[in-house]
Amino acid sequence: MSTQTDLETDAERLSSAPTEQDGPSGIGALGWLRWTWRQLTSMRVALILLFLLSLAAIPGSLIPQNSQNAFKVQTWKAAHPGVSPVYEKLQLFDVYSSAWFSAIYILLFVSLAGCIIPRTWQFVGVLRAKPPAAPKNLTRMPVYAAWHTEAGHKAVNAAAYAQLKRRGFRAHLSGGAVAAEKGYLREVGNLAFHLSLFALLAGFAWASLASGEGGKLVIEKQGYSNTATQLDDFTGSQFYGLEDLDPFGFKLDGFTARYATSGPQAGSARQFTAHIRYWTGSDTGKLTKGDIEVNHPLEIGGNKVFLIGHGYAPVVTVKNAKGEKVYSGPTAFLPQDGNLTSTGVLKVNDYGEKDGKKTQLGFNGYFLPTAPESFEKTGPVSLFPDAADPMLVLTAYAGDLGTDSGLPQNVYQLDTKHLTQLTQDGNPARARLKPGQAWTLPDGYGTLTFEGYQQWASFTVSHRPGNSIALIGAVAAILGLIGSLFVQRRRVWVRATAGPDGRTLVEVAGLARSESARIAEELAEIAVDLQDDAPAVDDEPSDEPARTAQDSKE
Amino acid sequence: MNLASSVDPQLADLSNKLIYSAMAVYVIAMFAHIFEWTFGSKGAVAVRSVEQAGLAAAVAAAQGPAKGAKKVTVTVASADGGTTTLTRTALADAGATVVTSGRDTVADLDGPGAAGSSEKGDLAGRIAVSLAALGAVLHAGAVLTRGLSVVRWPWGNMYEFSCAFALAMVVAYLGLLAAKKPVRWLGLPVLVAVILTLGLAVTVLYTESEQLVPALHSYWLAIHVSTAIFCGGAFYAAFIATVLYLGKDTYDRRIAAGRTSGPLGTPASIWQRLPAAATFDKLSYRINAIVFPLWTFTIVAGAIWAEAAWGKYWEWDPKETWSFITWVFYACYLHARATAGWKGRKAAYLALLAFACWLFNYYGVNIFVTGKHSYAGV
Ligand code: HEM
Repeated sequence: MSTQTDLETDAERLSSAPTEQDGPSGIGALGWLRWTWRQLTSMRVALILLFLLSLAAIPGSLIPQNSQNAFKVQTWKAAHPGVSPVYEKLQLFDVYSSAWFSAIYILLFVSLAGCIIPRTWQFVGVLRAKPPAAPKNLTRMPVYAAWHTEAGHKAVNAAAYAQLKRRGFRAHLSGGAVAAEKGYLREVGNLAFHLSLFALLAGFAWASLASGEGGKLVIEKQGYSNTATQLDDFTGSQFYGLEDLDPFGFKLDGFTARYATSGPQAGSARQFTAHIRYWTGSDTGKLTKGDIEVNHPLEIGGNKVFLIGHGYAPVVTVKNAKGEKVYSGPTAFLPQDGNLTSTGVLKVNDYGEKDGKKTQLGFNGYFLPTAPESFEKTGPVSLFPDAADPMLVLTAYAGDLGTDSGLPQNVYQLDTKHLTQLTQDGNPARARLKPGQAWTLPDGYGTLTFEGYQQWASFTVSHRPGNSIALIGAVAAILGLIGSLFVQRRRVWVRATAGPDGRTLVEVAGLARSESARIAEELAEIAVDLQDDAPAVDDEPSDEPARTAQDSKE
Repeated sequence: MNLASSVDPQLADLSNKLIYSAMAVYVIAMFAHIFEWTFGSKGAVAVRSVEQAGLAAAVAAAQGPAKGAKKVTVTVASADGGTTTLTRTALADAGATVVTSGRDTVADLDGPGAAGSSEKGDLAGRIAVSLAALGAVLHAGAVLTRGLSVVRWPWGNMYEFSCAFALAMVVAYLGLLAAKKPVRWLGLPVLVAVILTLGLAVTVLYTESEQLVPALHSYWLAIHVSTAIFCGGAFYAAFIATVLYLGKDTYDRRIAAGRTSGPLGTPASIWQRLPAAATFDKLSYRINAIVFPLWTFTIVAGAIWAEAAWGKYWEWDPKETWSFITWVFYACYLHARATAGWKGRKAAYLALLAFACWLFNYYGVNIFVTGKHSYAGV
């Protein structure tokens, strides 16, 4: 009887997967080297590396990562001072770029190359060679059928050859039997899948080496041009720095925000759209209209511009003691909560002189798009993100803003070291202004008028090459997988032999991987069709005894 | 700026009522299945099942008109040393008839089903299936009205996701039954899973019907999330098959070692009525193999969506990371199936691990880990 292992090894030959080896063969360092390489490129090690890769990816999802949220990492470190240094050493805040994570996937890809490249050659060899000849004893194959016919054995073999060809098998006739094979797409798919993983990796690598990303906040009616000086922040890479920024720019014509006005999720956003006009290259005059929404970035000059955030910029005019306009325009305030309670500062750098001394003014406070009736219970918080009842709440400082020191300053923070807070009746001077209202500053500092507000939108300008390579890799991977998992590679043999009684014995047999249930049905179909040319003799003796007899002879 | 009309409260309310009705019907169906199992344990197990009786009739029918017809009998050697035969008969004017029959084969080792030979058990099982179908209709209505109440795809938060996912599971199960596959034994585990999922959905995960935040305004929502739901349902089914494979395999070993009960002291009669270990093993492999490319597609679609929404297609966000981990574990499982010495139980353990990752990705990451996928609404 054919044993299970025999069948399995037979079936295994339908894959060019590497076979396992137990110990080093050969002598000395070279033998060991060869052995190590064989181990590394074996299925077992591939399995272990895959397992390790998934385990290694876990900590990064549970511990805050620098690459995603550096601020969260800082908070976490502050909360866990004991383990932080150890985590730091283990690169647990940068798992996906850590030495150990990289080691695993690099080993995996080396293993993959060592496995796939020889398999590709081997497979090319298979394609160039003829399908393997029929085994001597076809009854040993996992699926088998036989019958007797009056037709001549040569004619039957020829008919079988023609039929298998018609069914898309690669077939050849020799030694009185037809050998045929089909389903090479399985192997093609498998190789394509594994090779496309390299394309994915290449796309990833290129993206991380040649990408850059900048952030920019733009107030309505204002413009932006993609240069180093205009960006609020920038992260580059090896091959894409500030000097490589692509030339383009745009003007933010307007911003539309809509919110749910009722129901339990009242106030949550329903639509954000930034309406812009943009130009590319050196032709700054030719403007094209475009909209940017969440999920719908705009591609401009090889870059993608994403809408990231939005908020309000109160428009304020400040006049000094002499009545001269010293500050005028919108200033972006940053949202602090879902209802867009926003905080910000106004820095009046060019106030001029007061009492013969060079003076600057600073204000900080809140912009509330929908202010509550009174602040008593709530404090200065907005009730709704839309500007239904806007209010500007400010306190004032005078003195030296420190903007002339030449050191970079945060535009959203007031450095009060050299400032004194203005007071009124012994309390900090404070104003709550509705649009159009003016505030006469104490101590004769002049006036501040809240003219109204504009909206702003913040954008990410992203230059990321390699996306299309990764996408092609991904599509190839999926197609490859489909071929690899759904196509069955199988072999079919037909042998017609002249018997001593003058009749012809037709034997058909098939071999497929153990997962295939269809090989039996396919073989039955082939056999039934073949009976057109080789009709079974009616008083057919059962083929079962023949099979057993042959088996027991072994 | 009046958006109040964008949610239809009556439809939303109807959807909630339908979900509760569906759950009630599922619970009754579950009890019917429990009756089926209980009655079935009393009948003699060795009696042939209805399908097998039907098979015998078909064999006879196929052998009748054999004179003059083309007929081939293929002998199939199975991995465990048994053989099956498959007979194909083709008449000149009629289509082909295919009949499989076993002798000492895997097919024969497949048990008769939960009801055993008990007629009462069979009746209970039939009632259970009808109720499950009724529950599915109500359930589908709930998902549909939920979507209609906001005129969008009904999977914008975890509550909706869970309802759709549970529906996918029931429909897949009923679909297999409708395709005449002998899977009624799946009924009890599927219903338990569905009731648990819906129970969790209406208690912990419930969110009022609402429009979506702009980050979810994308046709990728329909593509990415619906394939994810389908994958989830199918992985779940494969998980059940894997657990049953391990159970049946353990039972077979215990019987071979001379014991009389199943694993964990379960009565032998349960295991006798279930299909063979090899059947479960094959089933779980087939489901996982079919779903794996789709899961790959789901991840790729998610990456494309992420690229459109956030500018980077892969940022190792916790959800992305766990999808990746799940994917690699399933790849591991498929590799194991192709590696000598790893087939069978070891591969099955990997499949369980992969499914555990899937579950964690779904419940764990949404609830306990904060990331950009904060649509959970909990
Ligand atoms: C980079 C990580 C890898 C992934 C994600 C991966 C994934 C997969 C998947 C999903 C399959 C299933 C397709 C099938 O069953 O036909 C598969 C099959 C296979 N893999 Fe990999 N693989 C990886 C690395 C490797 C490595 C390093 C090797 C070489 C040792 C390898 C060799 C094979 C072979 C030979 C098969 C086919 C098995 C068969 O004939 O069924 N793979 N791989």
